[in-house]
Amino acid sequence: MSIRILIPALLLILLALVPFGAPGLQVLLTLALAKGIAVMGVTVLLRSGQVSFGHALYFAIAAYGGAFTLMLMPGADVIVVFVLGIIAAVLSGIVVGLFVARYRFIFFAMLNLAFSMIFWSILEKFYHYTGGADGMRLPRPTIFWMELERGAYELVMFYLALALALGLGWFSIRWLDSPTGQLFRTIKTNETRLQYLGMSPQRVMLTGYVLSALLCGVGGIIMGLVQGVVTPEYAFWVRSGEMVFIAVLGGAGSVPGALVGAAIYEIVRTYASAFAGDIWQMVLGIFLLVIILFAPGGIAGIYNSLMDRIAGQKGEGE
Amino acid sequence: MNLTLFLLALFDGIAYAALVFIVAVGLTLIFGVMRILNVAHGSLYAVGAYLTASLTTFILSAGLPPILAFPCMLVSAILIGVVLGGPLEWLLLRRIYHKPEVLQLLVTFAIFMILEDVQRLIWGTQPIFQSTALQLMGNVRVFSVNYTVYQLIALPMVAIALLFGLRYFLRRTLSGKLILATTEDREAAQAIGIDADKVFLLTFIVGAGLAGLGGALASPTTSILPGIGADMIVLSFAVVATAGLGQIEGAALTALMIGLGRSFAVYVWPETQVLVPYVIMVAVLLVRPEGLFGSPSARKI
Repeated sequence: MSIRILIPALLLILLALVPFGAPGLQVLLTLALAKGIAVMGVTVLLRSGQVSFGHALYFAIAAYGGAFTLMLMPGADVIVVFVLGIIAAVLSGIVVGLFVARYRFIFFAMLNLAFSMIFWSILEKFYHYTGGADGMRLPRPTIFWMELERGAYELVMFYLALALALGLGWFSIRWLDSPTGQLFRTIKTNETRLQYLGMSPQRVMLTGYVLSALLCGVGGIIMGLVQGVVTPEYAFWVRSGEMVFIAVLGGAGSVPGALVGAAIYEIVRTYASAFAGDIWQMVLGIFLLVIILFAPGGIAGIYNSLMDRIAGQKGEGE
Repeated sequence: MNLTLFLLALFDGIAYAALVFIVAVGLTLIFGVMRILNVAHGSLYAVGAYLTASLTTFILSAGLPPILAFPCMLVSAILIGVVLGGPLEWLLLRRIYHKPEVLQLLVTFAIFMILEDVQRLIWGTQPIFQSTALQLMGNVRVFSVNYTVYQLIALPMVAIALLFGLRYFLRRTLSGKLILATTEDREAAQAIGIDADKVFLLTFIVGAGLAGLGGALASPTTSILPGIGADMIVLSFAVVATAGLGQIEGAALTALMIGLGRSFAVYVWPETQVLVPYVIMVAVLLVRPEGLFGSPSARKI
């Protein structure tokens, strides 16, 4: 088996063993996986050459959707919370998508930012419903109609996040290779040609946009359920910027890169925030510049070229 | 809504529109010439506001006459343009003109992130309030409403002067014509001997300086706190996009529209004041995707 596949497989096995080997990392990695799934949404969009500065919107909508579900239906099961939260994210993705799918580049990025800022200010201003800046609590739901202790609940959430990350990651890769996904990627290379093929770029864009909203929604609801509270900060531009940063760090357009990037990001942030908490945005910004200017492929790009070099050396040696 | 409230909303709207226009015109100028949307524009605005407040406080504590608060604004604007804007273009943006548009957006976004923290490091997170300039000019009574001269007369005057000044500069002076020529066709402009690099640098310094000036002028009217930069970039983008990117005169009109819409919302239905600018933008863009005054660009195949 080639080393290129061996390393990810090993990492995956290590990840699955974390609850037993390093329980201290378990919650942290659950959050990283949640963020990773959301970043996959941004990554998918990057494959069409578009960047969104407002995808935290869907992250927050799903989490608030879950919070409202638990408020109106106390004791709802985790499945109900998940499904309703994600439906909320997808529906709003369709509504906003119908509008923003007509725009590219600057307009696309900034209109998404505008929508997320609107939602953020609604969350802050209408505090009778949303709890304002304090946010809303998400009491622990039952898992398959079973009440679980905190430890068991967190364990289930970890494996749920892991399974969803792998499943949705696989789905996203397959989707990007599917005919619709190919059309979606054509928006980056040559949109006019797409029109000449008789396709509607808007419709293709909308499909990809809704997928990205769904991925962000799944990430958001996991995050909300694990943290037990959702605040307007979920929709703030800082959150969107973070997602874009991780997507670029992982490798623009690489789905596995999004997950690896999120894991590295969360771990570094947890340990670095002790002495760089005040300048965290600044550190991110500087890193973003360095990656764009000197390593545009991100982690995925570095990994691939490293593997190519190893494969090349072997080839010469034989 | 009685006359007093109506007048208050009207004056608020005009004062606010003047400020937004000054910032937005810098954004649209940079975009028109360089085809880059400077996301860090909002940060330059915020730094301008902070710098002016600090300089004014320093002057007052040094026992100098408070009238010097006005030159302070100009000094901050120029400092922002030359000390911040110049190196940004020269060191960073110059490297990315040939790169995909997504990367250009990401680079200015990264600058934005860095500058947001720089502000917090230097000025902290406590709101800063420095209204010397506002108080110096006193109040004026219009019908039954008392309003500050600074906001009702000075700010709109500066905005109008800028509008006509920029028009004159771009259409009548040599440097302005060089900028327009470069905007029209960069290669052709270089072929006839225009130094496009210099034009870009100059434009960015002027644009950044305008963001700083907007912040400087806004500083006496509001308390300055972290986050005003993010609000301002989104708002001025709304103004610029509604007018059509690169449209200077259009930006003046949409700034007025959005400023008035926002201030009337404050008095009628306060919760919606943040929403109104975007509702206007979305409504306009649904009907005219290229903005009110923009013209659809020809497609290249």
